[in-house]
Amino acid sequence: MFEIKRKQSMAKNTIIRFDIEAPKIAKKVKPGQFVIIRVNETGERIPLTVADKDDFAGIITIIFQIVGKTTALMRSLNEGDYLLDVVGPLGKPADIEKKGTVIVVGGGTGVAILYHVAKGFKENGNYVISIMGAKEKEMLILENEMAAISDELVITTDDGSYGKRGFVTMPLEKYLGERYDISMVYAIGPIIMMKNVCKLTKKYNIPTMVSLNPIMIDGTGMCGGCRVRVNNEIKFCCVDGPDFDGHAVDYDELIKRNSMYLQDEKDSLLFSIK
Amino acid sequence: MLEQDVRYLKYKTYLSFYCPHCSKTFNVERQHEKSLIFNARYKNQDMVLKLSPFLDVFDIKTSIPLKGDDVLDDLLCPHCKTSLINPDVKCAECGSKVGEAIVSAYAKLIPFFFCLKHGCEWHGITKEDEKIIKLKIPRQDMPEQDPGIRAKNFQEVPYGFTTELALLEAGRCLQCKRPLCVEGCPVNIDIPGFIELMTKEKFDAAARKIKETNVLPAICGRVCPQESQCEARCIVGKKDEPVAIGRLERFVADYERKMDLVKVPEIRHSTGKKIAVVGSGPGGLTVAADMRLLGYEVTIFEALHEPGGVLTYGIPEFRLPKSIVKFEIDYLIKLGCRLELNHIIGNILTVDDLLEHFDAVYIGVGAGLPWFMGLEGESLGNIFSANEYLTRMNLMKAYKFPEYDTPMPKGNRIAVIGGGNVAMDCARTAMRTGSDEVTIVYRRSRHELPARIEEVHHAEEEGIRFRLLTSPVRYIGTDYNTIKAMECIQMQLGEPDASGRRRPVPIEGSNYILECDMAIVAIGNGPNPIIFNSTPDMKLNKRGYIDINPETGETSKEFVYAGGDIVTGSATVIEAMGSGRIAARAMHKKLSKVKPEKKTI
Repeated sequence: MFEIKRKQSMAKNTIIRFDIEAPKIAKKVKPGQFVIIRVNETGERIPLTVADKDDFAGIITIIFQIVGKTTALMRSLNEGDYLLDVVGPLGKPADIEKKGTVIVVGGGTGVAILYHVAKGFKENGNYVISIMGAKEKEMLILENEMAAISDELVITTDDGSYGKRGFVTMPLEKYLGERYDISMVYAIGPIIMMKNVCKLTKKYNIPTMVSLNPIMIDGTGMCGGCRVRVNNEIKFCCVDGPDFDGHAVDYDELIKRNSMYLQDEKDSLLFSIK
Repeated sequence: MLEQDVRYLKYKTYLSFYCPHCSKTFNVERQHEKSLIFNARYKNQDMVLKLSPFLDVFDIKTSIPLKGDDVLDDLLCPHCKTSLINPDVKCAECGSKVGEAIVSAYAKLIPFFFCLKHGCEWHGITKEDEKIIKLKIPRQDMPEQDPGIRAKNFQEVPYGFTTELALLEAGRCLQCKRPLCVEGCPVNIDIPGFIELMTKEKFDAAARKIKETNVLPAICGRVCPQESQCEARCIVGKKDEPVAIGRLERFVADYERKMDLVKVPEIRHSTGKKIAVVGSGPGGLTVAADMRLLGYEVTIFEALHEPGGVLTYGIPEFRLPKSIVKFEIDYLIKLGCRLELNHIIGNILTVDDLLEHFDAVYIGVGAGLPWFMGLEGESLGNIFSANEYLTRMNLMKAYKFPEYDTPMPKGNRIAVIGGGNVAMDCARTAMRTGSDEVTIVYRRSRHELPARIEEVHHAEEEGIRFRLLTSPVRYIGTDYNTIKAMECIQMQLGEPDASGRRRPVPIEGSNYILECDMAIVAIGNGPNPIIFNSTPDMKLNKRGYIDINPETGETSKEFVYAGGDIVTGSATVIEAMGSGRIAARAMHKKLSKVKPEKKTI
């Protein structure tokens, strides 16, 4: 049993932050790694990337968007409640070695994961340029936290209600065109965003890492449900990833695989309402 | 109407009697207190069948009724009308009058006396002769759910032996002086020993006898491939069908559990040393139990949220009820083993971390990375690895969706690729989800199917189709990117390959389309890299599994042992247990020479 020490609601209550007491995981987890959570006995196992940790206090932070039954159930939990299972850390850590100047790009809830990775880049002495996007001002998360660890920060919103109007690719293209010292781009967000970011960085030939979040059951390499095609080879996101070379990932296949259970998700929600 | 259920009962002693005077055959019919009670279920009605089977009727016309409470006055041969009473012999049990006849067993004539008092079972056959007659008792089948009914539920298929059936089957054992069956068992259970206790109706003692060498009898009795191990070596099996050792093992283990006779031994001595077991599958549980009984402090680390490894996530409920797995694991906890769930060794703690706190480590993590064939369209929706399918269904209980949150993979026409036990498990599980058609697609012929014969037989009974000598070439998707068909090619068998089985060779131009809306790939598993990545100094073999000393199970890292599928590749539950036992012995031998150090977690 894992206690929820702190709960914070963000983005019109569609994104929730939990600080969970998990001292053993907090000691080991590195940026880019994830945990698998099972809320209760009848619950499913869902993967969530660790957004931050405090190994002294034994706390890990997860930030999740309400997308289905389990995340809706998690939103209904409060401080002092318990999660049945938290397994981790899982996946390979992100490569956050000193590279020089890195651009980190995050969209939507992806910023939550991005924060942990960007913080790692900064701690290792990189010059960090952060680009973060959201639909509108209210949906933006972790702005202050990102500002604290970024050397430069650009914010975009789709409707222009805050920061620059447009998608994250616009300031990215500007940077790529103006600066010649970018050693790497790291992108996390909706699959379509990562696809477009990679299209752009391919043009400028900048190495790009993306963090994928496919359907997953056990998270230990056992089920193969999280298979993605990278360089035309089948890779398991949970043990070979979640970070992959963004230029080698087959995004279209990933989008299709991720939409496999939409109907089941509806059935499950309907059942819980009944 | 009832025939379907009755056929599971075989109670024929095949004893025909010869009149000692005219040599013609007859039978003795006898009403007996001891009757077989068999619970049958037909069309949702419970009914009890009672059969009185002391001696089966050979030919109804020539049988002599032997009834009533009193001793019979006289008994005449139905053919020559001579009295069969032998005045020189008295029943050794009750002193009543005795009839005499001749029994034919294996072309040998044996004098057979029978007490004329109702209820007395004395027959006067010598021990030597009894062995010959025993050979003639046929192997007993386990009563099981009707295929039509069980293909729609997840309850266990066989009901298990009744006490009477178990006694009858136990009676078939010859109690060989040099039992070959014991050699055939990877953990060397004293098979004649426990069967002898069974014939004396000491079932709990029999269970304890098995537990001396096998901590998981209820599980092994269900999932071991006995036909290629102990039963393959059985002497009775040379001329007749072998003794059903697995079914007897299952019976005593179930008896002990159901009658609440399980005793947890008290562990009085302590070596003061600590053992870490990585993986709570059959191998890990064996090491844990063995080492605990030897006085070590044992901690088992399991990656998933439920212990049991393949017993929990892999083998379906209808073949191995999860309540039994839970019971066996609870037993280990009562023994004093600690269980740490949700611990992925390699990530949360490395093997080196464990060595700081424990005196030895056993790695029994299994082979957990599913293989795919790399075919076109393999990433389409509704194509699963066997692991994913079984994990969803068994561990996550997806068959109870939406009560449980994990969605159940569904399809009307399901293709399962592969011919092993896992493929059978997938196909039979899929059948139970209400699919119209489930087909096993296997590239060799029936003879090479790696699955147990019993499993193939069960699958066929449940209506699963087999497309043998067939291999998929590519998967074809719908506009919504789920599978709608599979292109297959026919194969023929060529020269034997390294495994000794004939290599399947595709027949060019024999491609055809097999329509299916779901496919399960059950072609085996490779090693999971998590533990290797964090333990770079542990040597691997050519196939990418952990390299061990086969005598001791020790890896290239001192005090780190390994066994089971992570060493051998996909194999059986009992083989994992066998390698666990070897490692436990070697570990104890080595640690006995080492002085205990004070270590804390």
